[in-house]
Amino acid sequence: MLRLEKRPTPSQFWQYGTPIVAVLLTMIVGGILFAMLGKDPIAVIRTIFWDPIFGEFAFYLRGQLLVKAGPLILIAIGLALGFRAGIWNIGAEGQYIMGAVIGASVGLAVYPTETRLIYPVMVIAGALGGWLWAMIPAILKTRFNTNEILVSLMLVYVAETILAKAATGFLRNPDGAGFPGSRNFSSYKAASNPELIAGSGLHWGGVAALVTAILVYILLQRHILGFQIKLAGQAPRAARFHGVNPTRLVVFCMGVSGALAGLAGLFEVTGPAGQISIDFNSGYGFTAIIVAFLGRLNPIGIVFAGLLMALTYVGGEMAATNLGLPSAAIQVFQGMLLFFLLGVDVLSNYRIRMFMGAK
Amino acid sequence: MDFGSINPAVLIASLMVAAVPIMLAALGELIVEKSGVLNLGVEGMMIIGAIAGFIVAVNTGSPVIGFIGGAVAGAALSLVFAFLTQFLLTNQVATGLALTLFGLGLSSLAGQGYNGIKPPPTNAVPFGPLADIPFLGRVLFAHDWMVYFSILMVAVTWYVLKSTRLGLIIRAVGENHEAAHSLGYKVTRVRIGCIMFGGAMAGMGGAYISLVRVPQWVDGITSGAGWIALAIVVFASWRPWRVLIGAYLFGGITVLQLNLQAAGSAIPVEYLSMAPYLVTILVLVIMSSGRGKASLNAPASLGQNFHASH
Repeated sequence: MLRLEKRPTPSQFWQYGTPIVAVLLTMIVGGILFAMLGKDPIAVIRTIFWDPIFGEFAFYLRGQLLVKAGPLILIAIGLALGFRAGIWNIGAEGQYIMGAVIGASVGLAVYPTETRLIYPVMVIAGALGGWLWAMIPAILKTRFNTNEILVSLMLVYVAETILAKAATGFLRNPDGAGFPGSRNFSSYKAASNPELIAGSGLHWGGVAALVTAILVYILLQRHILGFQIKLAGQAPRAARFHGVNPTRLVVFCMGVSGALAGLAGLFEVTGPAGQISIDFNSGYGFTAIIVAFLGRLNPIGIVFAGLLMALTYVGGEMAATNLGLPSAAIQVFQGMLLFFLLGVDVLSNYRIRMFMGAK
Repeated sequence: MDFGSINPAVLIASLMVAAVPIMLAALGELIVEKSGVLNLGVEGMMIIGAIAGFIVAVNTGSPVIGFIGGAVAGAALSLVFAFLTQFLLTNQVATGLALTLFGLGLSSLAGQGYNGIKPPPTNAVPFGPLADIPFLGRVLFAHDWMVYFSILMVAVTWYVLKSTRLGLIIRAVGENHEAAHSLGYKVTRVRIGCIMFGGAMAGMGGAYISLVRVPQWVDGITSGAGWIALAIVVFASWRPWRVLIGAYLFGGITVLQLNLQAAGSAIPVEYLSMAPYLVTILVLVIMSSGRGKASLNAPASLGQNFHASH
């Protein structure tokens, strides 16, 4: 029989080891799943994890990697701050949509003015939109002690209906012959978010993600607020004695994660997506939860995790077109990764002992 | 707007149907939470139940076997949650979210090729002349058996929790797992049983959506019903009969907004379809604040993992 024995302190080795073990386990079980779907598992795994970086079309796909990783990293860093403090914002998808809608509205309101000021204002509006949407669960939590998980999640559905209304109603392209969807930002230079270096896939969203990772890393390591966030998550009682103000912490963590999700939405809608459409949001807000855990809730880890998760998106699309792998299989694959990540984490907190016979 | 076209008897009858999925899922989650476990994967288990029930019903031609299939699939998925949280002691919130993400993906993978098919019909229970009573006949005696089953399950859950030894054990485990362990109850085993019951109920609720409510298979068919079920448990302050009230309330709002859409209300369709979610938030706020704080009734060990060191 096996028995778990709590470690006095979490194992340093497994802190870094668990994400790798989890990814390997996911590849094995995912491979079995792909085989059951009648695909050659090794070919699929190679298409997903190898070809986008080293394969024939890597020159193009490497750029796609940054396009997908940018929003994932940006959102996941914000979520991780809250998760560390035991504040569960799982409505990032809604904040991402609202950031995009409000930011885009600001840009489209002044169409077709061309000045350099427009984009920065849109970026601020996008962050503000996400922040406001996250403030609803934050204030309900601090004022009425309402569960932030359920409220933030419910607001995703509300945001989706607002998005549908925006795409078919108040933001619809007046020159679009009645088709749903806003004006395309790629033809509105002052409000667009183009690639900064041609072919790299790096746009302002990617830059923002890297800068945020460094800033949040410093916040967590060097700032009293970062210390309080970690304390509140690991030892809530100790945090109360230390004088941590829970209200401030909730408002801060929810606010930051909302603003970052809003930013991600704005960068996405003005850049890769190009326009507000009914389904421009591709579930990044939910996948970012997996990214946050894969990066072990650490900003630097999240950068790598975001890149890896982007790889599954880009490679998954490759596998869908070249090998006919259903796109839902990638979603299953990503969900499985989160199971393994959480499960394998037992190794860093517990020792596994074998023993014979009855206890 | 034409309110006259909304027939109150039909409205009540259809809200009872609309409430079945969330009522079943919420009852299951109530038992799970009473045993001290917070499973946020209700949405994932529901949608797995929806597709599994649909596949089984289409292939066997029997909706009854379909519902059983949905329940089995929901329970099977909940076993993953049980294994992770009870043996590997993972964070329950994160694991529940994982269950939902995984369930949504798996259901859409399994559902390929099942779009646009009609499932075998689940017919109304024949009550004979009773169904012809004006008003009451339409409201009470014109439903399929799952509507009555869901109400029966409310009574069963209430009775088991209140008056049986099993209910007492579940409550003890949920209120104080250390004490229950000292008394010799198998905390982990009781919780796994409760988690599986929750999974089966959520799966059956999901199957009702794809077999009766909609009735066909589309990706993401549950569209937040699992989350609303979680909210109803809070609304109900962990009491079975209040789950019934909560589910009928939400069923009523869903049906009413659909009716208003059909009646050509002046309010845009998009804003009407937000209503169930906004009302959920409103209800959560009311229930969690003020004197009648719902959180006071929450099981004391809710969401905490139990690790027996001896």
